[in-house]
Amino acid sequence: MLRYIVKRLLMMIPTLLGVAVLVFVLLRMLPGDIVELRFAMEGGRVSEEVMQAERVRLGLDKPIWRQFVDWMTGIFVGDFGTSMWTGRPVITEISSRLELSLQVAIMATLLAVIIAIPLGTLSALFKDTFIDHAIRVFAIAGLAVPSFWLGMLIILGLLYAFNWIPPLTYTPIYVDPWKNLSQLIWPAMAVGYRYSAVATRMTRSTLLEVFNEDYIRTARAKGVYERLVVSRHAIPNAMLPVVTVVGLEFAFLIGGLVVTEQVFNLNGIGKLFVETVTRADYTMVQALVMLVAVFFIIVNFVVDLLYAVLDPRIRYG
Amino acid sequence: MAVITTAPELAEEVRLPHPVLQFIRSQPTGAAGLAFIAVLFVAGVFAEFVAPYDPVAIDFSAMLVGPSWEHWMGTDSFGRDVFSRIIYGARTALAVGVLSSLLGCGLGAVIGVVSAYFGGRIDMVIQRFMDILLSFPIIVLALAVVAVLGKFPVLGLDVNLIIAIAIPMVPKVARVVRSSALAIRELPYIDAARAAGYSHTRIIFRHIAPNVVAPFLIMFTAFIAQAILLEASLSFLGLGVTEPTAAWGLMLSGTSQEFYSQAPWMILFPGLAISLAVFAFNLFGDALRDYLDPRFKV
Amino acid sequence: MQRRTTVLVLMAAAVALAAGTDSALAQKRGGILKFAVSAEPPDYDCHAATSFAFIHPVRPHYNTLLKFDEPNYPKVKGDLARSWEVSPDGLTYTFRLKPNVKFHDGTPMTSADVKASYERIVNPPPGVRSIRKAAYEDIASIETPDPLTVVFKLKARNASMLTNFASPWDCIYSAAKLKADPKFPEKNVLGTGPFKFVEHAAGSHWVGERFADYFEKDRPYLDGFRAIFITNTAARVNALQAGEVLTEFRGHSPADRDKLKAALGDKIEVMESPWVCSLIVTFNTEKKPFDDARVRRALSLAVDRWRGAEGLSKVALVRHVGGALRPGYELAATEADLVKYPGFGKDINAARAEARKLLEQAGVKDLKFKFLNRNIPMPYTPVGVFLINEWRQIGVTAEHEQPETRAYMANLRGGNYEAGLDFNCDAVDDPNLQLAKFISADKSPINYGRYKDAKLDDLYEKQKRELDAKKRYALLREFEQHAFTQAYTVPIVWWHRIIVNWKQMKGWHMSPSHYINQDLQDVWLDQ
Repeated sequence: MLRYIVKRLLMMIPTLLGVAVLVFVLLRMLPGDIVELRFAMEGGRVSEEVMQAERVRLGLDKPIWRQFVDWMTGIFVGDFGTSMWTGRPVITEISSRLELSLQVAIMATLLAVIIAIPLGTLSALFKDTFIDHAIRVFAIAGLAVPSFWLGMLIILGLLYAFNWIPPLTYTPIYVDPWKNLSQLIWPAMAVGYRYSAVATRMTRSTLLEVFNEDYIRTARAKGVYERLVVSRHAIPNAMLPVVTVVGLEFAFLIGGLVVTEQVFNLNGIGKLFVETVTRADYTMVQALVMLVAVFFIIVNFVVDLLYAVLDPRIRYG
Repeated sequence: MAVITTAPELAEEVRLPHPVLQFIRSQPTGAAGLAFIAVLFVAGVFAEFVAPYDPVAIDFSAMLVGPSWEHWMGTDSFGRDVFSRIIYGARTALAVGVLSSLLGCGLGAVIGVVSAYFGGRIDMVIQRFMDILLSFPIIVLALAVVAVLGKFPVLGLDVNLIIAIAIPMVPKVARVVRSSALAIRELPYIDAARAAGYSHTRIIFRHIAPNVVAPFLIMFTAFIAQAILLEASLSFLGLGVTEPTAAWGLMLSGTSQEFYSQAPWMILFPGLAISLAVFAFNLFGDALRDYLDPRFKV
Repeated sequence: MQRRTTVLVLMAAAVALAAGTDSALAQKRGGILKFAVSAEPPDYDCHAATSFAFIHPVRPHYNTLLKFDEPNYPKVKGDLARSWEVSPDGLTYTFRLKPNVKFHDGTPMTSADVKASYERIVNPPPGVRSIRKAAYEDIASIETPDPLTVVFKLKARNASMLTNFASPWDCIYSAAKLKADPKFPEKNVLGTGPFKFVEHAAGSHWVGERFADYFEKDRPYLDGFRAIFITNTAARVNALQAGEVLTEFRGHSPADRDKLKAALGDKIEVMESPWVCSLIVTFNTEKKPFDDARVRRALSLAVDRWRGAEGLSKVALVRHVGGALRPGYELAATEADLVKYPGFGKDINAARAEARKLLEQAGVKDLKFKFLNRNIPMPYTPVGVFLINEWRQIGVTAEHEQPETRAYMANLRGGNYEAGLDFNCDAVDDPNLQLAKFISADKSPINYGRYKDAKLDDLYEKQKRELDAKKRYALLREFEQHAFTQAYTVPIVWWHRIIVNWKQMKGWHMSPSHYINQDLQDVWLDQ
């Protein structure tokens, strides 16, 4: 087991290095740079000499390999650099927005689980009845509706019904829970629907599989109450794949918030990401991509580990 | 006599029904999805004959008109007929969806099979590379592909957009195909083929590939749905299809962002179109899975 | 109690009415003004900034030497300057400063601070970015005979010099701070303005509070302001509709205005003005067939500007047909001048017939080209869609390309395009600024047409040095006539600025530029 963990951890290094090289090269392959954007975007009359001076200031005049080496060595000593756009440390820019995105992601997850487990169970219990069909349609629809469109509809609905929109600036939940929730519950709903759809489908299909397992049949044959069979035996055993799906979706969610944060004007990681990409703020985009990659890889790793620990049938060499 | 009369009936019973009929009977919701997809295809292919208006013709005298007999789904900020744009948009959505899914799944399948067949170091390297792609944000990839290769329109469709949408599918497909292929690789008849001295290509295409067709088909339909959604998101972010082309995602972005609370039909119908199309593909995909391989999950 | 307040309000209103246009009596102290900004300033240095997103939150913290006289734009008045005089030869500008001006840290502001700030613009020390250096290249020296007098000596006459001194970008910094660190203003906000800097929450909002020691008596009225950054257009309009913000100072589309009017009725006030921004088509003269003036002129002739402007004004924030200068500006072409230029006439059928003939003469058949446009929906996309439709009328096919801003800028500036929709946006009306788009590429960093035209350069230089307004007007017409006949770069339509604000916000004045009148000194809330 320990060997497996160490091996997996070591395997992360080439993957992350690959991500680093890829993002670094891709960003610099695009035409134009941050200097051009910053000075020419609004029609500023900036001479080539001023622009060149700015490139020197940002280190963009150095050879590409040199820029990469500088970035990598910086990371090894824990220095992720400063944003080329604002001049503030990358860590400051990200951490001030991470809280909001994480909260939306967590709320969406909770919402998804609260909806998915009862619905999935019902659907499995009443397989091929009207209830099952209705729930399945609800779930498939959840996969089909673009979450940003749902967000637009939610805002439209609130505005028409109450002439009210969610607060525009973020208040941490420990400062004013009510204000916080009244801002973030809507985007959580918009992304949570799709999420709950995925989880509902997973719950249903794994429960159906579990129902066919011998011990459930034995329990039923022994005359154990149906309710007890489901709650004591079936659900706990079906949870593993559901947890997996929830975990993996969570990792995707951070990226998936990109569009929804635009619609709700949330000052989160997704919006920051779109902004920094359009500004060609290399240091910021690089850091954000690495953050998403690390997050994704760790969630994957933890999920695999959980599997190995919880399911004795799985063995790793 | 009796024997003679009953014989054809018996034969009728024994003869297997056509697979399509069988599919419809066992998967009615899937069949409904398929029927809707068929409608979309017809509408998209014959858009010139189905759409009541030219989808790009500007009419400043008919701007932002609500749904009416003349304009079933209203008009947009350029006075263009929303219904006509949705019909032409079906063409864009289906073309982008099918082509990018074909490309992504095709590439993924080849990589998956190759990776599984050769195993060892090749497998290791390919898997690391797939990990990299998998943990890479789609929007940066899309931006890079679209910007580096520039717009490259073929028949009014941006090939680079299709590539950008296809790339994130590759590692997912490769992973699934690899594991199905791995299972087959260990089977005795592959060993036998190898012992018989067949070439790698022959073994891969003759013996392994046919066995991963079912998961491939299932993923192919599922990814068409995802591609349509992704195209909508990218167009929404301004990275996808360009005006004045009619595309559903584009209809939700750009100027409709300015007008949607005043003219809700501008976003209501394109959003519904996306949702219904993806819904239909998902219904069909689910049914196809149950039909072809009940134990398989995407 | 409530009734009494109502009576009081009514009385106050009556008094205000009695006072007529001078509503001084009604002005109230207090309150926080919340407004939306659609983008965000990257750092805090005025001299390196180019965006309105910078002006809106930052300008209230600073003062400039002169500023525009709010309702009487383009007249200027003193901001830090109490009075000024220009020598008859137009080479010496002497400013007398207001006494008792303090920086927010309590130190007094003197002529040394003005000198240090302008020297930073004219001759930036290493590492300091000065964007508008070129506008001050005529300055020979800056002298400070006493703490309240600054004298600028010029090398050559410049008709736009007073406008330059009112530029909203030329914030006066503390000389002591600049001496310690020339880059101080990049990360710190220390000015003499009506509001002190409190907080900038990146990506979210910006807060300023009233500066009690401000040199104008009883100003500012507000206790503070809060600028909220909202990038999504729909979110911004929704915020305004819900009263989360009272205004947005850049401008709205006509649709948003109509929507807000319908939803809020007489709770809001709408102000409109032509805008110092135009959309122009630029041809890459290095690419065939755009090296041929006939082809360029044909494409300009095909565009029905008058009808287009009218139609587009319903969907986009554009409305006015104009030449190189903003319609309505005192030095701009009148309609009678305008219709004489090729492409600006009112008989579109004749113009298109001529266009077809020109294409034929040039030997160009079935012209097909890629049209580069910016991927910003308002107003670029509608105008792009419109132009493509216009060119279709003379059998020309233009393929719309809207790459993201970075690629758009790079392709436009790098000459990697055939024809493109470019923009010309300035802080103020000033021929020296607006005409820079049209002069030879080696003389102007913002000409992307890659051509040289000695006649345009010569006329540009002449009008710049011409202090007589009438003679300058004639030179400008000559410039336009030549520029639009050559048609390297042709104006299509001018922007139209629409500001919608809740009625309780008072004391703010509309102007043709979203870069000026933003110190919020005289703004107050009626609540």
